[in-house]
Amino acid sequence: MRILAALLIALSLGGLALPVLAGPPDVPKGAGEKCLADAATMRRNHMSMLMHRRDATMHQGVRASTNGLKACLDCHAVNDGAGQPVGIDSDKHFCRVCHDYAAVKVDCFECHASKPAAKKAAEAPAEAEPMAPPEAAQESGAATPPKPEGPK
Amino acid sequence: MSDCMSSRRDLLKAAGAATLLAPGVFLLAAPTPSKARPEDTATDSSVRWGLLVDTNRCDQECTACVTACKEEMGLTGHGRPATDAQYIRKVEIAEPKTGFTRSLPVMCQHCSSPPCVDVCPTGASFKRADGIVLVDRHVCIGCRYCMMACPYKARSFVHETTTDQLPNNPRGKGCVEACTLCAHRVDAGIVPACVEACHSKGRGAMLFGDLLNPEHAITQVVAQHPTSQIRADLKTDPGVRYHGI
Ligand code: HEC
Ligand code: HEC
Ligand code: HEC
Repeated sequence: MRILAALLIALSLGGLALPVLAGPPDVPKGAGEKCLADAATMRRNHMSMLMHRRDATMHQGVRASTNGLKACLDCHAVNDGAGQPVGIDSDKHFCRVCHDYAAVKVDCFECHASKPAAKKAAEAPAEAEPMAPPEAAQESGAATPPKPEGPK
Repeated sequence: MSDCMSSRRDLLKAAGAATLLAPGVFLLAAPTPSKARPEDTATDSSVRWGLLVDTNRCDQECTACVTACKEEMGLTGHGRPATDAQYIRKVEIAEPKTGFTRSLPVMCQHCSSPPCVDVCPTGASFKRADGIVLVDRHVCIGCRYCMMACPYKARSFVHETTTDQLPNNPRGKGCVEACTLCAHRVDAGIVPACVEACHSKGRGAMLFGDLLNPEHAITQVVAQHPTSQIRADLKTDPGVRYHGI
């Protein structure tokens, strides 16, 4: 009898404590209209989607701006107080809220950047400034490269 | 476009074979936009990406390609040249009898029969259909057989926990890595970072393109001029070729 009472008390205490300690995680909202699939499918299947994508990109060079890990992180960046996206070291990171709750550990971010590239570094180059063929530079005489020391 | 090509050919004729290879037209300016693969499609073996280095043009002092590579791939070192990752390096060669020297960039040679792929126990080292040799770091166990097998010393091992990687080059402790021929750029129709830097900051000694595409400058140049593969005797058939050595 006494044991049962103790058990009941323990259980009710546990019941009280549970929602505070470990309620379902509050998943930060993604940017944009919608995800690659509805939220339920994403929750259930994002790991296999990522693996599929990974192999297609690595081995076949299939790249699209809309799926893949880079894209996930662009839409699902969570900003800190200062408006900067948080990295995987923060427990607010999109990929951590559920994983921490469900005790899932992924190693992806030992290699992969966990937040979008700083805008200045990544957006500008290559396309903005089409490369002029070197003859053009030589003809204009602006930056005449010194003649290589070839065999005389 | 066509006049660009013809002026390049004229220039080649005028310059003569040995002293000057005109590296004028490269991937972006290639006359066949059909090769700029649409998003979300796979590479295939109708393409064989290659690089041509004109060692007559390569400046001994210049390291623009090396710097650009480090920047593009987010390679940070620990001040330990023996083990810090390098995807491309400048190598000095000398003929002891004559004192003739050359300096040339050496990176993964993207062999068509890559020894690294032969020895890899997990299938992490592989060759893409378009000839780019890569390490699938998701599968790499860090055994480093490939580093020993590579005759070009092209691969590096990440010895330390790495932070602040760039999104376009995920890299981490315990994996082997090497030049990817900037697969992420090439897939988007942009030339590799080293080639871009060689043209904007160096003397324009590097030429990138599809060795199977007769319209590409690289294909025309290798058809008309003597070029060589390093250690051709090993029959690895590199996609990187050199002129002037
Ligand atoms: C050892 C380093 C490493 C680890 C760990 C790693 N990756 Fe990668 N990943 C890479 C490299 C290298 C690429 C190739 C990048 C490229 O070519 O753009 C890549 C590419 C990808 C791509 C395709 C490119 C993209 O941005 O969409 C996906 C998807 C991917 N990885 C998912 C994962 C997932 C999921 C995990 C964790 C389970 C993971 N990776 C762990 C190194 C790693
Ligand atoms: C275009 C922007 C965008 C991209 C790209 C994107 N997402 Fe989403 N994602 C969203 C939005 C918006 C929602 C909320 C959708 C809803 O509630 O119906 C969402 C929801 C989710 C959810 C469910 C969250 C919850 O509320 O339980 C998961 C999991 C998820 N995304 C994972 C991913 C992964 C993994 C990737 C990359 C493969 C990815 N997303 C790419 C915008 C995006
Ligand atoms: C809505 C909650 C939620 C979000 C948000 C979420 N995950 Fe998950 N993820 C899970 C759960 C739950 C599992 C474990 C599923 C299982 O084991 O059956 C999991 C498993 C995984 C796995 C497989 C792990 C393994 O060991 O097999 C990968 C990879 C993964 N998630 C990647 C990501 C990435 C990358 C993000 C951020 C873009 C992310 N997840 C965001 C809930 C989430």
